[in-house]
Amino acid sequence: MIPLSHYLLVSAVLFGLGTVGVLISRNLITILMSVELMLNAANLALISFARWHADPGAHVFVFIIFVVAAAEAAVGLSLVIAIFRRKNTVDVDELNILKG
Amino acid sequence: MDFAVFWIAAGVAGAAAINLIFQSKPINSVLSLVVVLFALAVLYLQLSAEFIAALQIIIYAGAIMVLFLFVVMLLNLNQDQFGSNRKPGLRSFGVLIGGTLIIEISLIARAFVSSSPTDGQVVAAEFGSVAQVGRLLFGEYLLPFELTSILLLIAVAGALVLAGKREEAQPPEERS
Amino acid sequence: MLELRGIIDAIWSFIVGLLAGLGIPQWAIELVGYALIAVVMFGVVAVIVLFLVWWERKVSAKMQDRLGPMRVGWHGIIQTIADAIKLLQKEDITPKAIDFPIHFWAPVVTFVAAFMVYVTVPFGKGLIVSDLSVGVLYIIAITTFTVIGLLMAGWGSNNKYSLLGGFRSAAQVVSYEVPLSLALLGVIMISQTLSLGTIVTQQDNLLKWYVWRQPLGFLIFWIAATAECNRTPFDLPEADSELVAGFVTEYSGMKFAMFFLAEFVNMFTASVVAVTLFFGGWMSPFGPDFGPSWMWFLGKTMFFVFVLMWFRWTYPRLRVDQLMGFAWKVLLPLAFLNILLTGLGIYLFDGLK
Repeated sequence: MIPLSHYLLVSAVLFGLGTVGVLISRNLITILMSVELMLNAANLALISFARWHADPGAHVFVFIIFVVAAAEAAVGLSLVIAIFRRKNTVDVDELNILKG
Repeated sequence: MDFAVFWIAAGVAGAAAINLIFQSKPINSVLSLVVVLFALAVLYLQLSAEFIAALQIIIYAGAIMVLFLFVVMLLNLNQDQFGSNRKPGLRSFGVLIGGTLIIEISLIARAFVSSSPTDGQVVAAEFGSVAQVGRLLFGEYLLPFELTSILLLIAVAGALVLAGKREEAQPPEERS
Repeated sequence: MLELRGIIDAIWSFIVGLLAGLGIPQWAIELVGYALIAVVMFGVVAVIVLFLVWWERKVSAKMQDRLGPMRVGWHGIIQTIADAIKLLQKEDITPKAIDFPIHFWAPVVTFVAAFMVYVTVPFGKGLIVSDLSVGVLYIIAITTFTVIGLLMAGWGSNNKYSLLGGFRSAAQVVSYEVPLSLALLGVIMISQTLSLGTIVTQQDNLLKWYVWRQPLGFLIFWIAATAECNRTPFDLPEADSELVAGFVTEYSGMKFAMFFLAEFVNMFTASVVAVTLFFGGWMSPFGPDFGPSWMWFLGKTMFFVFVLMWFRWTYPRLRVDQLMGFAWKVLLPLAFLNILLTGLGIYLFDGLK
């Protein structure tokens, strides 16, 4: 059987890559996707801990994260569309109206 | 056999995640995320979370990613439209922070794992099945479950307000 | 004696004996087993689909008072094979302006997703590759991959007609997925299981078919499944008179053939799910062990494929707004009503367990 640490390593790598994506990307959609990637990394950690402690409660939690991710994607993408209509771009560096 | 499946799935997930970040075309990033999700579903199956694995494909790959694809296509986001990536300096700084984070989490996880039982517990064949998770969802965790439905309702309303057509839309120059 | 399971088991134990005699390790034999199963499943479904292509042409010919293919073989029965050979030989034209990797992988995704469903389909008594405990969910999950393939084809072709086709297919398939899944929920509530094998064995005679207890559910499922297969009257993604050929406009040769075959596989899948969940799968209507089970399965499935063809040559195409409105305003409330009624029925007649 595969040890828990392996799964946690994969989860950590995915989470870190998600962070990198949020930091280096200028495209709003890629940033949103990196956030989804981080959510998925958390899911993997939850599921592997659930298996380790033989407690299916974490599965319920992951289910709820799915719902949150779906809501986040829906609202986030509508924001992207609204921004695109206004500014004709999805480049986060261009969204600087609030800058003094 | 188990280890082979694990390493293949984990490797595919990692490679696709790297591709997601460094791709310049949004559509390629979306498709890489689909690959990551699929590989993760394989890992979930290995952890005997059948229900979650099936949901992962249905909700993520089937609904959320289609939404992403749809938006990328709708806005016709090609490479040239969002310009180059960040400056190399900023870029390597981001990678540095991310790398540090990975190492940090791995160290914490290792410390945590070494203090907990090394072998996983033996679970019943029912573990992670639809029936078991369903019973928990509609029993012990009923309130959070109902709250998620309200969350979804709010998300639907929000998406409609934000992205829906407006009659009195003014040209962007006058507003900003 | 016409059950295939015994024959397959005999052949498999012969192969295992042969390989073990050569000193091949256990895990390699297992691997060979999986590969053989995959190849055999692919072969069976491919042959069925080749037959369906011919049959569709014959049915349409009959309905339009024509003869259809008559030249190649008896009543043109090997016409499809001739066509396939022709398509294989044709030059694979790749337009210049396409997004190459996406254009290339789109037919592959669609094709593989279409075939992956058959892992958990019970073809007959004991003829199931793996009776997954989440069988119904698995089928729903895999069929959603078709959308991604179609969207990739629409985008990768860099053609406005393809893109419109891709848009339409995404909107349509995602919308109809919802009533479809909810309609299947009624059966799952009654059967108390998601495994297709168990659902079939529960319906061991005509009166126990779930369609009698779920007529509304079946109706919703069947309409939504027709839309999922992109068949007329819901064939908007490739509406020939509006969009040239929709998302397949820029495809030729073998890639076109893959889309074409995937469409027929999806048609067969829809019929398979209908038969398995609502019409007793491989169980004969007159109690178990009446005639070979796989014949019953194929017979019932072919009937439903015929119904799909019948639809195609009877109804005109819907408009986009009508299509979406129908899914969200008619089918979805009906599906919820069906679940409510099913729950009420279970509560009143069976009581809570």
